[in-house]
This record gives sequence, C-alpha cells and structure tokens, in this order.
Amino acid sequence: MTSTLTRRVPLGPLADLPVGLGHAFQVGDTPIAVFRSREGKVFAVEASCPHKGGPLADGMIAGDQIVCPYHTFKYDSATGKCDQPNACALKTYAVTVADGAVYVEV
Amino acid sequence: MIRLNTITDDAPATRRKLVIIGNGMAGARLAEDILAADPDHALDITMFGDEPYGNYNRILLSNVLNGSQEAKEIFLNPLAWYEENDITLHAGARVTAIDREAKTVTAGDLTEAYDTLVFATGSRPFVPPIPGTTLHGVFLFRTIDDCNNIASFAKGKKKAVVIGGGLLGLEAAKGLMTHNLEVTVVEMGPWLMGVQLDEAGGKVLRETIEKLGIKALTSASTQEFLGDRDVTGVRFKDGTEIECDMVVISAGIRPNKELAHEFGITCDRAIMVDDTLVTNDPDVYSVGECAQHRGMVYGLVAPIWEQTKTLAHRLTGKNPDAVYTGSKLATKLKVMGVELASMGRVSDVKPTDEVVQFAEPSRQVYWKAIVRDGKVAAACMLGDLGPADELVRLFMSEAPAPARRLEMFFTGATVKGEEFSLADMPDDKQICDCNGVCKGTIVAAIRAGKTTVPAVGKATRAGTGCGSCKKMVKGLIEAINGEVKADPSESWYVPGIPLDKPTLVAEVKKRGLKSVSAVLVELSTQQDEKTKNGLASMLAGIWGKEYIDERDARFINDRVHANIQNDGTFSVIPRIYGGVTTAEELIKIGQVAKKYDVRMVKFTGGQRIDLLGIKKDDLPKVWEDLGMPSGHAYTKAFRTCKTCVGKDFCRYGTNDSTALGIAIEKKYQGWEFPAKMKLAVSGCPRNCSESTVKDLGIIATEGGEWEISVGGAAGASVRKTDILCRVSTQEEAIAMIGRFFVYYRDNAKWVERTYDFVPRFTIEHLREVLVNDSLGIVAELDAEVVRTCDAYVDPWLERDKPVYAGQFEDVRTVPLPMA
Repeated sequence: MTSTLTRRVPLGPLADLPVGLGHAFQVGDTPIAVFRSREGKVFAVEASCPHKGGPLADGMIAGDQIVCPYHTFKYDSATGKCDQPNACALKTYAVTVADGAVYVEV
Repeated sequence: MIRLNTITDDAPATRRKLVIIGNGMAGARLAEDILAADPDHALDITMFGDEPYGNYNRILLSNVLNGSQEAKEIFLNPLAWYEENDITLHAGARVTAIDREAKTVTAGDLTEAYDTLVFATGSRPFVPPIPGTTLHGVFLFRTIDDCNNIASFAKGKKKAVVIGGGLLGLEAAKGLMTHNLEVTVVEMGPWLMGVQLDEAGGKVLRETIEKLGIKALTSASTQEFLGDRDVTGVRFKDGTEIECDMVVISAGIRPNKELAHEFGITCDRAIMVDDTLVTNDPDVYSVGECAQHRGMVYGLVAPIWEQTKTLAHRLTGKNPDAVYTGSKLATKLKVMGVELASMGRVSDVKPTDEVVQFAEPSRQVYWKAIVRDGKVAAACMLGDLGPADELVRLFMSEAPAPARRLEMFFTGATVKGEEFSLADMPDDKQICDCNGVCKGTIVAAIRAGKTTVPAVGKATRAGTGCGSCKKMVKGLIEAINGEVKADPSESWYVPGIPLDKPTLVAEVKKRGLKSVSAVLVELSTQQDEKTKNGLASMLAGIWGKEYIDERDARFINDRVHANIQNDGTFSVIPRIYGGVTTAEELIKIGQVAKKYDVRMVKFTGGQRIDLLGIKKDDLPKVWEDLGMPSGHAYTKAFRTCKTCVGKDFCRYGTNDSTALGIAIEKKYQGWEFPAKMKLAVSGCPRNCSESTVKDLGIIATEGGEWEISVGGAAGASVRKTDILCRVSTQEEAIAMIGRFFVYYRDNAKWVERTYDFVPRFTIEHLREVLVNDSLGIVAELDAEVVRTCDAYVDPWLERDKPVYAGQFEDVRTVPLPMA
C-alpha cells in the first residue's frame, strides 16, 4: 500500500473559478474537477464520469447535482452519489476557501 | 469469503443452503428466479463463478467485439447486486472437488457445505483437435476476455478466418468486419447455419453475406493452422490453403460435464436430468447448457429460462410439483442484418412430410415449412419474416396447419406487408424473445406505472436481451399512455417550470427576467440541465441584445462554441454558406488541419468540413487561423442550408438553388431554436439536396416558383415535409422562412423538432397563420425577424476576449507541495 496521507493543496484564487461552472485540475497525480456554484459553494470530485469517462468539469451544475456532459449522468455534489441505479459514486475531495484562495485536500 | 447472515430476524431458523456452481446466464438467472419466488429468503445462496466478474449477457458479446457496446454495458448483475440480495459470490473461484457424502464443494482452499447443489456450469467452445490452435493470433470467441483480446489484436491486421459457420461464427465475422478485416468464414458442413437452415436457405444466406463482403467456404475441413509463432494461414484437408493473420474459432460448444462426471453424476453428452431437473443424486440438480434433458442439450436462452424457473419453483416450494417437459425451439435472429426465423429441425425431412416452400431470389427471401401429421413440425424463414409470427404460433400450439397450406405463409396482413396493430395482438403473444416476456406482462407493468422502456425492462426484463423488441415496448407504452389522461407536464416548455410556453414567455416579459438565474429564482420548482438550457435558448430569442448570457446555464458546446467528442476534444465546423467554397478557403482549412494535427477531416452531411480532435486550448487559435465564422454545428440552432448546384451548371436546374441557399445562410446564421434546424434548397423537382426530409425544404418547380415545405426529418425519425406554400421570388421565400422560424422558435417546446411541432400545430394551421395571416401577426413576425438578425454576433469572436475564467483552458496543473 502506498501512503494515503492527505495534503492541503492551494489551487489559486477563487476568482479564477468561473461562477456556476467547473474547471479541471491535475493535482500531482490526481485529476479532479472543481466547481463553484452560483450560491457560492465550492466543491471537488474526481475528474471523469465513471460511466464513459466524460470530463465532469465540462459538465453543468443543476441544483445540488453535477451533470456529466456526455450522457447527463447526475451526481450529488456533496456525496458523489449517482442518480442512476448500479452506477459508481464519484470520489469527493474536501475544499476550503480562505482569504480568496481555494484549497483542496488530496 | 463467508459473510454473516444479515437478515436472521425474519428468516426461518435454519436456512437451507443452496450452492450453485456457475455464474453464467443460467446460474444467475436461477438465483434471480429463486429470489423472485422466495421473498422470505428460505434459501441461503452461494455461487461459484470462473470469471472474476458478475454475470453478463452473452447474447450481446458480439456487440462488444464490433464496438457498439462496451464490456461494462452488458453486465446483467454487477457485483453489488449479489451483496444487496444476500448472495455469497465466489467470483474467479473454480470448483475442484465435490464430496457428495459430506455434502461439500471445494474450490482451492475454500470449502462450502450444501443441502442442495446445482450444476450450471454451462459449456465451452469446441476446439478442433488439429495442429496450430495454440499459435499467436488464434482465438476462441466465448468470453468478454476473448472479445477484448480479439478486438485489440485485430487492429492493423488484414485477413481473418472464422472457423465455424453457425450463428456465433457469423456474429464473430460481423464483429471482425467492423475492424476492417477481410473475413472468410469456414464451415465444415455443406451450408451455413446448418442447425437453423436447410441447404436452400443456407445458400440464400451465403449470397446475402457475400454481398456484404464476407467470403464463405463450405464443406471445408480444416486440417491445420499454419505458422511458427504467429498464425499465417489455414490448410484444409483437400490440400488448399488460405493466408490470414488471425483466426477465430467458433466451432460449436461442448457441455461442461467433467466435474459432475468425475464426482459420480451420470452423464451422457451432458449432465443427465429428468423432468424435475434432478440428476442421479436427489440433492444435485442441473440447468442450462450443461444439462441434457430427454436427449436434448439446449444452447439458446429461452429453454434455459424455462428450466431455471421450474427449478426455482421446486426448490423454494412455490410449486413443488413444477416439471420441465422440454422446449420447442423457435427463434428469431438477425445475422449481419439478415432477418432469420427458425423452429424445429428443418433439415430433418421424413418421407411422409409435406414440404411447403416459397422463394423470392431477387430479395433474398426464402420460406420453408414442414408439415407433419397435419401440424407445423419445422420451418425456417430468411430475409422477410412476414409469416413468422403465425408459423411460430402454429408450431408452438401444435394447432392444425391450414388446409390450404399456402395460408401458412400468405394471410392478408403478410401479403399487403402491413404491420399488424399492437392493440390486436393477443396478450400471450411473446414480445421479448430473449426473456420470454408476453404482451400481457408488459401491459400490466405499464398500467402499474412503468411508462419508460427502461422501467418496463426493470419490471419485466423485456428489452434487456438483444434489445430488438424495445421499439414494440415503446409502442405499447405509447398505445396505453394514449388511453390514460395526459400528464400535465407534457405541455410545459421545460421540466422545471410548470408553465406552457406562451404563459412562460408572457410571464418572463411581464417580470422583465433577462437571465436564466433570474427566471429560476422566480419561477422554477426544480433545477435540472434541461430547464437551464431551454431557458437560455428561449431568453436569447425573447430579449435579443438585452439578454444576459450566463454561461453556467449552457451545455459545454454552447459555452465554447464547439462540439465535445468522446475523448474530451472538440470538433470545429466553420460556416460554408450554401455548401459553396473556394480554393483559397479549402487551402486555409487544409493548412489549419495540418498545423493543429487534426485527427480527422470529414465532410459532414450538411456540405461542410469538420475538423475533429481539437483541444480546448486550441479552439481560439484555430478559429483565428481559419478566419471563417462559426457553423453552429454544435448547438440547437440553424445549422446549414444544403443546396444542389442549380441552374447555373445543371442541365435540369430550373432555378438558382445555390444563390438562395447562400442568401438564407447569410441572413439566418446564428439563429437559436428549441432544437436544431436543417434546411435544403433543390434547383428542380429531382430534389437532389433532399429538401423533403429537412426541417424546412425548398424545391424549385418546373414553372420557376419555389415550393416551401416544413417538418421533415431523416434521422432517428423519418418524415416527409408538409407543403406550406409556393412563392415566386427569392425574397418572398426568405421572408416566409423567417416567419416560420419565429413562429416555431416561440411556440415549440424545448427539444421539440419540427417533425413533431408541425403535426402538433397541423400544416393547415401554419398555412393559415403564416401565409393567410389569419391571426394578423405576420407584421409582428417580420419585425421579430429583423430584430433577431440584428442581434447576430459570430460566437467565435470570443477567441479575442473569453467571457469567463478558463473558458478556453484545458486542465490546470497544480504541483503537490513538498511533504
């Protein structure tokens, strides 16, 4: 087993995240999608949809859900749970915003 | 792994332990049937499966090979299903020993006790005992791993040989064709599909597949696969050889009976069972392709489903007297696009049998029925399955064949080629042949509220096999839902706002809501992507230049003005007005394609050029280098106006179709609609630009007028346009198109194409409103045309000033901080 120590990594200013949308990041070896909702919530999940690998950062936010751009699979932004039966959930990553900067724990 | 029993509270004190050896379609189906028959979980189920997966639908394996489905899509039950249903699955564990005295089975160092044991070990492909089967490039075709191995090996190969001309062999050949290989099918018997067809039928099938480019060799006995390390060819008994760089063996199956036989279970060709499906050991049963019942070993799913159901009813006590008395085999198949039906053994003809045949060689149609003792004993049909349902009914029910035998083939319906009505179909008519689901069962599910094809599939299994009956399931849903009261949400423009479109538009205007987020705050009951996309399109239409464009309301294609592809790259299609380009433009496109290493340059159906595989970061640069405006090929908007060359060049042309097409595109480029909008102009009634299957089509008449028609389609739905009117000049045509555009844009539901919109409003209504101005709104529509055209801005100009952070930026790389 490799170490699973989580680290808090700065992702840059909040202003560089588009309002209501997501952006793709490569944090070390970990590809993630970070979203900033219109209501001000910031959250992060694994980058690709488990269904067919859709780039989730290119998806949409609808209410509390992330919508994959490929086949509109929907995932809960907090838990990563999918709305389709028998589909895998997304891994989620803790995000914090401090002094206008965004940090993710990977 | 031995898990704690999690449902002891309501389960019987001692649960009988059932062990199933085999987790293929039969084993897993038996488990499902038991769960359905035994809701109290009186049986504690443990399963052993060779493959390290949950079970999957072997019927769909050829789809994995030809790439139309991915391996993970054909799983019937994922591993989580076993856990949810309290079934212990030992996946990837091969049973090596059985102790029938102690009643235990052993797989490696794992031993499980049983009260009842079921062999569902299935079958394996037959490998002919000839030299060369172990050469590199020789494959079997049976498992997901085989498919994946074949598909990856096939890349870049030229010639493949398939050994075996049965159903599976032909499926394998079809799969290989999709990898661009030259395929030869080798059959030892005198004709293809010897089980299902007679000689004449086999010949018809052969001609049909040869037209598709697959060679067939019959009466060919393979002697050896040639090659040192890699296979290089096949040698036959007659000394002839053919070259190839891969071989797929599909030479039939052999039941997996060895384990049972080794531990004292009586076997013949397969494991012998009686009508109760029990073997010579009263606690050991067998179902599926490994079981031999009354001399028959079945290799199709329908009989195996009957076996698993019978056994489930016996084991759970739901019907302890259930017996299986054998199956009559009737199948409908589609082999390489050739429809085929078969029942009984059509090649076994007795001297006293009557043989009734019909052939239509030019259409590759062949029907044959064998009547024995006044009943249909066997039949096969190829190319046209008109009489198949009636013959299957006669065959299954053993009802007397019609005295005038030709009536077996020719009833009123089949001769006229009419599709018989779903409503007239009896309830016991089988709809899903893979899972044996009848119309009545499906109808009951629909009435119980399962009103989508997947919901019906979940409730009844219909449509979850090969999927070919989904259309009928959909038809039944529509037929039944038509009878019930319409869902009020049907009339809503988008799902998240309970208002029809005119009311919604009025409300938006009254409240002055100019952005999607403002509408959502004031009017929505739920948020979803359809509602956001639909509102964005509608508001852009209502407000024109005043619209507040929030990109988070839009799908990725509409945010970056390109079409996302399955690898995350984008496709770029510049506008080529009327499909007319120049040498300079083509050179420029070619240079861009080279500079950005475009993976594919493709002509589209709309007479333009598609550059595929552009990275998101490159989009602004590509647009800049092209210097052409967006073709809007990625969005719900006016796409193209396809044209023929017209009277300037064509000997038949009666009017200038290219000039009109170019003028239409220049005027209406960038118009957004609730769904995409495709146009065409043809310069004469020969209609070379296919105007009659467009959302709006224009055809020059012999008299020099333009005929405008609307509501056509040639996609998933095919519909011919309805004629709206004729006009004399190009200007009048362009004006009429604008009126139709505005009326459609402002009245259609989100994603409602014109082929649904036009029948909903009726062509007569549209003619009254748009041509005769019966509502007195034409002047308003014309003003709206001007306003919308004025609001046009080429979206590709955003290359110079992105409208949100990271709009044209791919993945942002962030280093990990030093630990």
